[in-house]
Amino acid sequence: MVEIESDGNVCVAKLNGDIDHHHCVKIRKKIDARCDSERPKVLVLDFSGVQFMDSSGVGLVMGRYRQMSLLGGRLRVVNVPENFDRVFRLSGLAGLGVME
Amino acid sequence: MNIINEMNLSFCAKSINESFARSAISAFVLSLDPTIGELSDIKTAVSEAVTNCIVHAYGYKGGIIYINARITDTGKVIIRVRDKGCGMENVKQAMEPLYTTGGEERAGLGFAVMQSFMDKVSVRSTPLKGTTVTMEKAIIRCAKNDREE
Repeated sequence: MVEIESDGNVCVAKLNGDIDHHHCVKIRKKIDARCDSERPKVLVLDFSGVQFMDSSGVGLVMGRYRQMSLLGGRLRVVNVPENFDRVFRLSGLAGLGVME
Repeated sequence: MNIINEMNLSFCAKSINESFARSAISAFVLSLDPTIGELSDIKTAVSEAVTNCIVHAYGYKGGIIYINARITDTGKVIIRVRDKGCGMENVKQAMEPLYTTGGEERAGLGFAVMQSFMDKVSVRSTPLKGTTVTMEKAIIRCAKNDREE
């Protein structure tokens, strides 16, 4: 689901498998717990291992953007497979400057 | 246009069944020989509709979700996702992109994704009775192959 590595400043959450409503519940809890305890400056959401995504993935990103903003940090979203780009484009998330 | 194949499925409105619904609809439409992109579109749209049932129609309290899918001789798949949940007063508002009553972690894009990924989406809803979402997609290669034969 999600593997998290952190050096204190940068926390990288590598997402794997299906990012749907069901899996987002656990993913969100894991990421939020780590960020709350370590307070990284940057959270990176790496989508390279994702095999399926619906709009729950967009909700996951939006929620983490809010969380990092509250912590005074920054969010980066990287390695989004091309076939999931469409869902992100529908959301207008590109305007937040987090998608790479 | 004739229906040449049909399936009916009902299952508990539990989030763990979201991937089951995707697998079931994928298996059913495989007979149309869709491209990877077409299959992905259908799976995603069904995933959105099923999630809406779990989160909004039944408010995480459980219920039954009903999926009916039909394949036509023109290479079209018609999918109906139905619930007997709370229904919607204002379908038009519910379908607006980014509108959601589902809280901070919901993007409000379910209907927008369905409309973008499928050829046609229609929604019928009655408050306190339930909602039916009907989606259609033409599988181009199948329709083209039938014309060539």
